[in-house]
Amino acid sequence: MNIFVVMKRTFDTEEKIVFEDGKINNDGAEFIVNPYDEYAIEEALKLREKHGGEVTIVTIGEEEAEKELRTALAMGADKAVLIENEDLDDWDAFSTAKILSTYLKDKEVDIVLAGNVTVDGGSGQVGPRLAEELGISAVTTVTKLSVDNDKATIERDVEGDSEILEVSLPLLITCQQGLNEPRYPSLPGIMKAKRKPIETVDMNDLHLEEDEVRAKTSIVEIFLPPVKKAGKILEGEISEQVKELASLLKTEAKVI
Amino acid sequence: MARKLLVLGEIREGVLRNVSFEAIAAAKQIADGGEVVGLLLGGRIKELAYTMIHHGTDRVVVVENSNLQDYTPEAYSQAIMQVIDAEKPDGFILGHTAIGKDISPRIASKIKSGLISDTVKVDIIGDEVIFTRPIYSGKAFEKRAIQEGIIFATIRPNNILPLEKDVSRSGEISSIDVQIKDLRTIVKEVVKKASGGIDLSEAKVIVAGGRGVKSKDGFKPLEELAKVLGGAVGASRGACDAEFCDYSLQIGQTGKVVTPDLYIACGISGAIQHIAGMSNSKVIVAINKDPEANIFSIADYGIVGDLFEVVPLLIEEFKSVAVT
Repeated sequence: MNIFVVMKRTFDTEEKIVFEDGKINNDGAEFIVNPYDEYAIEEALKLREKHGGEVTIVTIGEEEAEKELRTALAMGADKAVLIENEDLDDWDAFSTAKILSTYLKDKEVDIVLAGNVTVDGGSGQVGPRLAEELGISAVTTVTKLSVDNDKATIERDVEGDSEILEVSLPLLITCQQGLNEPRYPSLPGIMKAKRKPIETVDMNDLHLEEDEVRAKTSIVEIFLPPVKKAGKILEGEISEQVKELASLLKTEAKVI
Repeated sequence: MARKLLVLGEIREGVLRNVSFEAIAAAKQIADGGEVVGLLLGGRIKELAYTMIHHGTDRVVVVENSNLQDYTPEAYSQAIMQVIDAEKPDGFILGHTAIGKDISPRIASKIKSGLISDTVKVDIIGDEVIFTRPIYSGKAFEKRAIQEGIIFATIRPNNILPLEKDVSRSGEISSIDVQIKDLRTIVKEVVKKASGGIDLSEAKVIVAGGRGVKSKDGFKPLEELAKVLGGAVGASRGACDAEFCDYSLQIGQTGKVVTPDLYIACGISGAIQHIAGMSNSKVIVAINKDPEANIFSIADYGIVGDLFEVVPLLIEEFKSVAVT
């Protein structure tokens, strides 16, 4: 089975956002594999364990992204591809999907796995856009997957309910929490990952012109929300506090 | 600049979702004196068209087709593409719901348009339409504009005020026949799990539990409190990882991002990832035994105490408040 995972390197969710000159400052911030992409990597490895084949991780970014690709290789992926580009900040979901689809279109994919959203931009657009560009089916927010020959049976999360559906391969899925428990890289895995190949591709290799990937949306401004001040800690007997809270919510906050 | 806007009316359990009324209000603002056209897809749905008009659409296009009874991305996108082709709108607004999230990128790709997802505010500045949306799950915000294609956005529930319902409003209701073919995805079954039918992202009140809830049974008083307040139950990652509840309830940077009117955090310490998912709620109440818990730093009201003592008292209190 020819399995691809599209991955993004993101800010560690532990990080606070540091804001400087109208921009988010990344200096010294920790980066991680987008948490939803970890589910995608894990599911890809499970598919390979069951059906054989190869797992390739694809990401777009600067050379720093090699660290996250090595993490995926240490988890057990076979190959990794870094599509090198430094203009990531000027792009949007359209650009990303366009570049990924250009890379993937002649790869005879059986299944592409992606995270449901990234924890930074969070548009959730890249997966379904990529599937459209590739002309393959897409199922989002997947919580269970089983593949039998060229048919996949899938459970997906629909606002807390679950929907069970059947779809033929080739297929793209976006992975939701609950799909699996991503494994940690093992020590031998980490050692092996050092010797696994990372292919580097640039825009020229893909025969892509700048204006073919130009974003279809633009950022006007980035800002931080106002700092929320700590409110009132109630005092007295618990039963009194409860009465006071109910009254405050009704008369002061007016939310009930 | 007057524009023609299309708005998807989303139907759940036979009624229009509130977020669709919010989408109409956003579309009305963007239309800037132009026309707002409602779109309804489904089985027998014509009477809902009047509801859309009462909430502000100028007219409604109804697409009735047996393949649209339940949502599938292929049937929906084929139908929507045919409507876009016929109506040629300058913009398209949907709720940022399971359906909105799933269908909008596919349509955007097909019509080669930009799309701005999960927006919480619309501003019209001159001829430009600018959307505000959270990034890093609400730790920061960005303002974004469409550069190419139509003004296409999904809006997050609970952030844009719907228009006042006005039953005296009238408008044309028309039907379009669509061709739907080559469906590759077959929906076998839908298993209902959501609590009380209120979706977390749309709930006005959320009662959320963390590790302090201690067990699956510990969530029972929280469920009762949510019920009394007409809200939904959520959870922190800690509570989900400990298997006290289903992952679909998780709120945070991984999990759902919510903005209810009232968020009651019970036994939640307030990790930065959890706070990212709920700190933009209008009013936050924290109940925690630990006075040093981080959750108190963003709470509007805090009670330092045992949730198993406080929550049952709250249930009684709110029951009596509701009565009076």
